[in-house]
Amino acid sequence: MESLVWLIPLLPLAGFALLLLGGRSLGEPNAGKLATAATGASFAVSVLVFVGLLLLDSHDRSFTFTLFSWVPSGSLSVDVGFLADPLSITMALFVTGVSTLIHIYSLGYMHGDRDFSKFFLYLNLFVFSMLILVLGDNMLLTFLGWEGVGACSYFLIAFWFEDEANATAGKKAFVTNRVGDFGFMTAIFWTFFAFGTLNYSEIFADAGSVSTTTASAIVLLLCLGAAGKSAQFPLYVWLPDAMAGPTPVSALIHAATMVTGGVYLLVRVNPLLAAADSWVPEMIAWVGLATAIIAALAAVAQMDIKKVLAYSTISQLGFMFVAIGVGAYTAAVFHMVTHAFFKALLFLGSGSVIHAMDGEQNMSRYGGLARLLPVTSITFGVGWLAIAGVPPFSGFWSKDEILAGAWNHNRLLWALLLFAAALTAFYMSRAVIMTFFGERRWGAGTADDSTAHHPDESQTAHSPGASAHVHPHNEPPALHPHESPPTMLLPLVSLALLAAVAGVINLPFVKDTHFLEKWLEPSLFHNEASLNFAGGTKWVLAGVAIVAGLVGIWLAVSIYLRKSMPASMVERDFFARAWRYDEAISAVAGGPGRKAFSALAFFDHKVIDGAVNMVGGAVQVSAKQLRRLQTGMVRSYALGIALGAVVLLVYFISRASF
Amino acid sequence: MTTAAVLQPTGVLAQTFVEATPSVNWVALIPYLVLIGGGLMLLTIMSLAGRWLPGWFSSGYTALVGVGTLGSAIGIWVYIGEEGPSATLSGVVGIDRFSVFVIAVLGAVVALVATLAHDYIRRENLWGNEIYVLLMLSAAGGAIMASANDLIVLFLGLEVLSIAAYVLAAIYLRRAASLEAGMKYFVLGAFSSAFLLYGIALIYGATGSTKLASIAEFLEAGSLAEDGLLLGGFALMLVGMFFKVAAVPFHAWTPDVYQGAPTPVVGYMAAGVKIAGFAALLRVFVGAFGSYGSDWQPIVYAIAIVTMLVGSVAAIAQGDVKRMLAYSSISHAGFVLVAVEANTADGTAAALFYLAAYAMIAVGSFAVVSVVAGAGDARTSIEDYRGLASRHPVLSAMLMVMLLAQAGVPFTSGFFAKFFVISAAVDARSYWLAITAMVLAVVAAFIYLRLLVAMYLPGDAQGENTSPAEAKLNITTTSRERLVIAACASFTVAFGIMPGVLHELAGDAITNLTLSP
Repeated sequence: MESLVWLIPLLPLAGFALLLLGGRSLGEPNAGKLATAATGASFAVSVLVFVGLLLLDSHDRSFTFTLFSWVPSGSLSVDVGFLADPLSITMALFVTGVSTLIHIYSLGYMHGDRDFSKFFLYLNLFVFSMLILVLGDNMLLTFLGWEGVGACSYFLIAFWFEDEANATAGKKAFVTNRVGDFGFMTAIFWTFFAFGTLNYSEIFADAGSVSTTTASAIVLLLCLGAAGKSAQFPLYVWLPDAMAGPTPVSALIHAATMVTGGVYLLVRVNPLLAAADSWVPEMIAWVGLATAIIAALAAVAQMDIKKVLAYSTISQLGFMFVAIGVGAYTAAVFHMVTHAFFKALLFLGSGSVIHAMDGEQNMSRYGGLARLLPVTSITFGVGWLAIAGVPPFSGFWSKDEILAGAWNHNRLLWALLLFAAALTAFYMSRAVIMTFFGERRWGAGTADDSTAHHPDESQTAHSPGASAHVHPHNEPPALHPHESPPTMLLPLVSLALLAAVAGVINLPFVKDTHFLEKWLEPSLFHNEASLNFAGGTKWVLAGVAIVAGLVGIWLAVSIYLRKSMPASMVERDFFARAWRYDEAISAVAGGPGRKAFSALAFFDHKVIDGAVNMVGGAVQVSAKQLRRLQTGMVRSYALGIALGAVVLLVYFISRASF
Repeated sequence: MTTAAVLQPTGVLAQTFVEATPSVNWVALIPYLVLIGGGLMLLTIMSLAGRWLPGWFSSGYTALVGVGTLGSAIGIWVYIGEEGPSATLSGVVGIDRFSVFVIAVLGAVVALVATLAHDYIRRENLWGNEIYVLLMLSAAGGAIMASANDLIVLFLGLEVLSIAAYVLAAIYLRRAASLEAGMKYFVLGAFSSAFLLYGIALIYGATGSTKLASIAEFLEAGSLAEDGLLLGGFALMLVGMFFKVAAVPFHAWTPDVYQGAPTPVVGYMAAGVKIAGFAALLRVFVGAFGSYGSDWQPIVYAIAIVTMLVGSVAAIAQGDVKRMLAYSSISHAGFVLVAVEANTADGTAAALFYLAAYAMIAVGSFAVVSVVAGAGDARTSIEDYRGLASRHPVLSAMLMVMLLAQAGVPFTSGFFAKFFVISAAVDARSYWLAITAMVLAVVAAFIYLRLLVAMYLPGDAQGENTSPAEAKLNITTTSRERLVIAACASFTVAFGIMPGVLHELAGDAITNLTLSP
C-alpha cells in the first residue's frame, strides 16, 4: 500500500488543475466541495500508506517511489521521487487531515465571497506544495515545495487584495522568506558539493564522512531557511502581519502546516545535525528559547485576537526549535502534531467569533460571548486548556516532553522555557476571558443581562454537536452575534476532540506507550537524546509544569476577570508593539537601506546614464530638449565605455610582463 | 562521397588550386544560406511583386525562413553526429554543435519575432518589408559570429549583426524615440567595434594569427614571453563584446534603446543579439584563450558582479516596463557572465542553457509588453498594468509565467538556468561569485514581483472606476500574437519541468567546440 504514496500529493494537484480549468463555472459551493474531496481523498490515501508501513518491520519502513527523472543529466541527477517513511507519513497525515477540516470550515467561512472558487484553487495548490515539501525524497524537491507553499501563502495573505494592508503583508512575508530561502538555496549547493547528491538517504548514509565544519555550515544555512519559514527570531516579523489574510488561511498555513516546514526540515536532516559541531544545536535551542519568550511577551499585550494567536504560534514554534536543539526530535514532532490540532482549533474558533462579531477582531470590544456562541466557546476552551498545558489535554503531554528534554540538556534552558510556558497559559487565559467572559463591551447600549460575570456552565454547554443559531432576546440592535453554520462547527468539534486526546500518541507512563517515539525511530537514526535522569524526576518536572500553567491561568483570572490587579501591570506598550522590533527594521530598511538603494539607482541614472528622464519621461520631453539631451547622453555613454576600457586596460597591463 | 573522392586533390598543382579556392562544405552552410538567401530573396520578391502579394506574406515568409533555419540546424546537428565537427572555407567557419545550437535558437527567435512583427507593423502603420529583411540578415550575422573560427570573420559577423540591428532600432521613422534609439545604438556600437577591432589587431600582433585554432595552440604552448600585447588585446576585445552583451559599465545604451525601439525588435535584441554576443565571447575566450583564464577570469568575475548588481537594483527603480525589462536583461547578462567566468565545459553548457531559456522568455515578455502597450506603444508604465489580471487573465498568466521564470522560480526554465550557472560557478570553485549571484537573484526577484503585484491589483483601486479607465485596458490580441506568447510560455514551463533535454543538448554543444581547420 505504501506504493500509493505518489497519489497523496497528486490528488490535491488534480483538484487544483480541475479548479483552474473549470472553477469559475463550478462556482459555489461545488468548487469548494471538489477541493475538499481532493484533500479528503489525499488524507485517505495517507492513512492507507500509514497502515502499509505499519505492517512492515520497523527497519523496513522507508519506501521511495520515483515518479520520473527530473534532472537526469550530468553530474547532478535529481528525481521526482517521494519518500514514505515514518516522519514524512506522520507529517502527511496531519497535513492532509487538518487541511480537510479547514477546507470544510472554509465552505462556510468563504460563503458568498466573490472569489470563492479561486480561494479553493489556491488552497489545493497549497496542500499540494506542502505535501511535496514533506514527501520529497531530495532537497531540491523539498525546496520546490518550500517555494510553493511560500508563493501560496503570499497569494492567500493577499487574497482580499482590495485591502492595501493585505497586499503589504503579503509582500512582507515574501521578502522575509526570501532571506530564509537564500539560506536554504546555499545549503543545497553546499550539500551537493560536499555529498555529490541531494537525495536524503544518500546524504544520510554519508553524513558521518564529511568534516564537522561542512556539516555545521550546511545545518546553519538550513537553519536560516527554517527560521524564515518557521518564523523564528530574527525573521519572525512577517507572521503577525500575515494575519491580514482570511482566518482559515491563518489556521492552515500560519499555524498548522507551512510554518512547521522549518521544524520538519531540521528533524529530517537530524543526521547532519548530529555530524555538526555541538554549538550548532545549542544555538538552535537558544534561538528557539529567545523566540518563545519574546513572542510570548508580545502576545501578552495584543488586543487583536488573531495577533495574540499569531505571536502564540511563533512562541510555540520556538518550543519546537528548543526541542530540536536539545535532541528531543520526537518531542518536536509530537508538539508539532498537537500544536497543529489546538492552534488550528483556536484560529478557527477565533474565525467563528470574528464571523459572529461582523469582522471585529479587537478583544476590547468582545466579552460575554460564551452564552451566545456555545459551541465555539466550548471548543475554544478545549484549545485553551490544551495550549495552556493542563492535563490531560494534548498540549500538556507534548510540552512536558520538550521541558523534560530541556531539563536533560541544561537547567537554565528549562527554567526559562518554563517561564515561557507560564506566559503561554497567561496570555491564552487573558484572550479567553476577554472574549467569552466578563461584561459585554460591544453593541450600541448595555443590555439588561450583559453583566454575566460567571456564565452558567449548564446553560452554555447544551449540545455541542448540534448547530445552533442562538439569538438571545434583549440583543443590542447593532450587533447580533450568532453561532456559525454547521460546516464551520463540524471542524471545530473534530479538532477539539483531537486537541483533547492527541496526547495518547506518546504517553510517558511506560516504555510501551511511547508510540510516536518508537514509530519515528527509523527516521531518527538513533540521534534522539536519551534522558539521563530517573523517572521520579520526570513526575516532579511534570508537576512543576502544571503548577506553572495554573499560576499563569490564576494571574489572568485575577487581572481580567476579578480585576484585582490592573491590566496595565502586564500590558506594556513595549510588548504591544512587539518590542518595537518591526519598527526598528522598518527604520533601517526605510532609512539607510532605502537611501543606499536610491543612491545606487541615482548613480546609475545620473552619472552613468547622464540622463534626467525619470519614469517614462523621455517620451514626454519635447523634441528640442530631447535633442539637447541626446548629444549629452551619447557623449556620457561613450565616456562610460571609454572609462571601462581604461579600467580593463590598466588591469590587464598591470598583469603583463614586458 | 564519391564526388569528394574524385575531386580529392593529389598533385602539387591541385594543392595550389585548393589554396586559391578553398573547398566549401555547402551542406554544412545551409543554415547560413537559408538566412542570407532568404533575406535577399524577400527583398527581391517584394520589390518586383510586392503589390500582388497578401499583407501577411513577408511575415509568413520570414517565419518560414526562421523555421527553415531551425530545421536545417537540426539536420546539421545530426550530420555532425555522423561526420564529426569540421571547419570549412579555409577553416574560418567552424561547423560544430556549439554554433549549430546558437543558430537553432536564432532561427526560432527569427520565426517568433517575424510572427509578432506583422501585427505590430499593421497596428503602428509602418510601411515596408525592411524589418523582415534586416531581421534575417542580422540573424545571419549572429550565426556567423557563433561559428567564426577566425577573428576577422568574427568581426564581419558582428558588423552584419549590428548594422542591421541599428537600423531595426530606428525603423519606427515617425517616432523620435525610435530614431534616437537607433542613433545612439549606432554611435556607441561603432565606438565599441573600434575597440574590438583594435583588440583583434593586438592579438594578431602578439600571436601572429587571427585563426582561433592557431592562437589557442600558440597560447597553450606557453611560448609567449612578453604578453603585454596579448593582454592589451584581451582588454580591448572584451570591451567590444561586453558592449554587445550589455555588461556594466558598457550597458548605458540598453535602457534607452530598448525603450525607444519598436517592441518586437526589442524582443529580438534581447534574445538574438544577446545570444550571438555571448556565443562570440564563449568561442573566443573560453575556446581560444582558455589557457590564459587566470588573466581574464578576474575581470569577468568583477564585471559579472557589477552587471548583476546594477541591473537588478536599477531595474527596481524603473517605472517604465520596457526600461525595467532592459535593466533586467542587463542583470541576466551578469548571470551568464558567471557561467563564462567558470571557463569550463560545464560553464559553457550552463551559459547556452541560460541563453536559450532567456531567449524564449525575452521574446514572450516583450510580446506581452507589445500587446499591452497598444497603439503607439503608449501603455508601458507599470501603472498601466494595474488590474490587468482581472481583465485579461490568460494574458496575465502568460506574463506571470515569464516573470516567474526571470525571477528563477522552480518549475520554470529560468530556475534551471540560474541553477546550472551557479553550480558551474561552484564547480569552478568561484564560491563568492556563486553566493553573490544567489543574493542578487533574490534582489532581482523584487523587480518581477513589482510588476506581478501591479498586475494582480484591481485597476480601480484609486477610484478610477470610470469608463476611460476601463477603456485603458481594452487590449486586443490577434491569433498570431497569442500563438507566439503561448509558444514562449509553454517552452518556459516545459523546460522547467523537463530541463534534461535542453541541458543535454547544451552539454553536447560544447563537446564539439572544434577550432581546428
